[in-house]
Amino acid sequence: MDKHNIQLDENGRLRHFLTIEGLKRELLVELLDTAESLSSVAEQTVKKVPLLRGKTVVNLFFESSTRTRTTFELAAKRLSADVLNINVNVSAATKGETLLDTLRNLEAMNCDMFIVRHSESGAAHFVARHAAPHVSVINAGDGRHAHPTQAMLDMFTIRRHKGTFHNLTVAIVGDVLHSRVARSQIQALSTLGVDEIRVIGPRTLIPQEAETLGVRVFHDLREGLRDVDVIIMLRLQRERMHGAFLPSEHEYFQLYGLTERKLELARPDAIVMHPGPINRGVEIDSAVADGPRSVILQQVTHGIAMRMAIISRTMQHSVPAVS
Amino acid sequence: MDPASIDVEATIRDMAERLRAVLAKRGLSAPLMAGIYTGGVWVAERLHAALKLADPLSTLDISFYRDDFTRVGVHPQVRPSHLPVNIDERHIILVDDVLHTGRTIRAALNEIFDYGRPASIMLAALVERSGRELPIQADVVGVSLDLARDQHIKLHGPEQLRLSVVHARTRG
Repeated sequence: MDKHNIQLDENGRLRHFLTIEGLKRELLVELLDTAESLSSVAEQTVKKVPLLRGKTVVNLFFESSTRTRTTFELAAKRLSADVLNINVNVSAATKGETLLDTLRNLEAMNCDMFIVRHSESGAAHFVARHAAPHVSVINAGDGRHAHPTQAMLDMFTIRRHKGTFHNLTVAIVGDVLHSRVARSQIQALSTLGVDEIRVIGPRTLIPQEAETLGVRVFHDLREGLRDVDVIIMLRLQRERMHGAFLPSEHEYFQLYGLTERKLELARPDAIVMHPGPINRGVEIDSAVADGPRSVILQQVTHGIAMRMAIISRTMQHSVPAVS
Repeated sequence: MDPASIDVEATIRDMAERLRAVLAKRGLSAPLMAGIYTGGVWVAERLHAALKLADPLSTLDISFYRDDFTRVGVHPQVRPSHLPVNIDERHIILVDDVLHTGRTIRAALNEIFDYGRPASIMLAALVERSGRELPIQADVVGVSLDLARDQHIKLHGPEQLRLSVVHARTRG
């Protein structure tokens, strides 16, 4: 089956959520609207709606993560689903087989949804292809490939602040090469029709084919930040610091770290985003991260509503209609 | 009776009078009124004004509490429900446009209880029609109609409210 169609059912509605690629603008807008509706649940005395009562959602994490797992867990719980958290540390050699076995076991327990995070690209697609027909799969990050729920919560945050995507210039700064977040963000931003997407970073951390994605590439942060509406900082993955990619953290901060002075080059109402966890003093200065333009903690809050929307949308189609 | 010929505004004025009498009889002085989106809010706005209630009108969107979610799905644009922070020990008048199967009211009751523990809840419905599937009844009713299963009654608004009958498969 075609890798990009696997996430839609025969009516063109979401069945799995694996990547932004191949999804239509209307579908993304529908998700944003649903998240907007579900965000009010957090303001209730009882922060819960009974939409997914009796459903079992499995957080199947082969790669560690705190924020993504906990927000998925809270999202599922606020929809009244039962949640199972499974952290699997598995060696590369046995991965394929173990993954299938794990899957079969969880299916035998009548689970309804797998939320999968894996260090290998394509892992969530693999699970979706092999899962039982009633099971929905959500990609919570796979290798360097995609992190579509993060991208959608970022779109939600942008829409909350800017109202629309038209006429916006959005800059994504940092390690774009290794970032599944950036890849999904670029797909979402172009699907939603922003005016201009910029990627800013050192040559070693920008993919060579970047311009074919429809983005403008800058290697000078100051130049790239001029008149942007939204700045998305990426986490510098420290494990890459000692390789050939970068000279030192200090030098990286000098060139690509976001400081208040550099922020002045953006539009006065520009917002600063970061998918977390942030490295203070590496890609972003504390004064900016904690400053008035930072919406980093709002992103976390929005992550719950967005994940509630994605879980409930995909779950609608995982159960055959009962008359 | 042809529903289109019903004077809705006059019916609501009459409901307000009877609601006032019910409140007096039960000795309830400061009730909280909550309308269910969309039609129920229009009716509630008029009742709320007629009764000159002190607390602002509350609104409920019960989409997330429906029991047929896996069949019909969730509409992406669900309006936020607005209820006071504390509804404990309050007397609530729930208002809807059409009382049909009773499932909407059941969902509304569930949602209200997610906000707290009210002292009592009563129900006012502009139209009470045949086809109940749950043991739910209204305390004050505008008009009662006997309709066939495939007939559905619809309230048009928000200005100058009027009723019409449509043949549809969706449930009210």
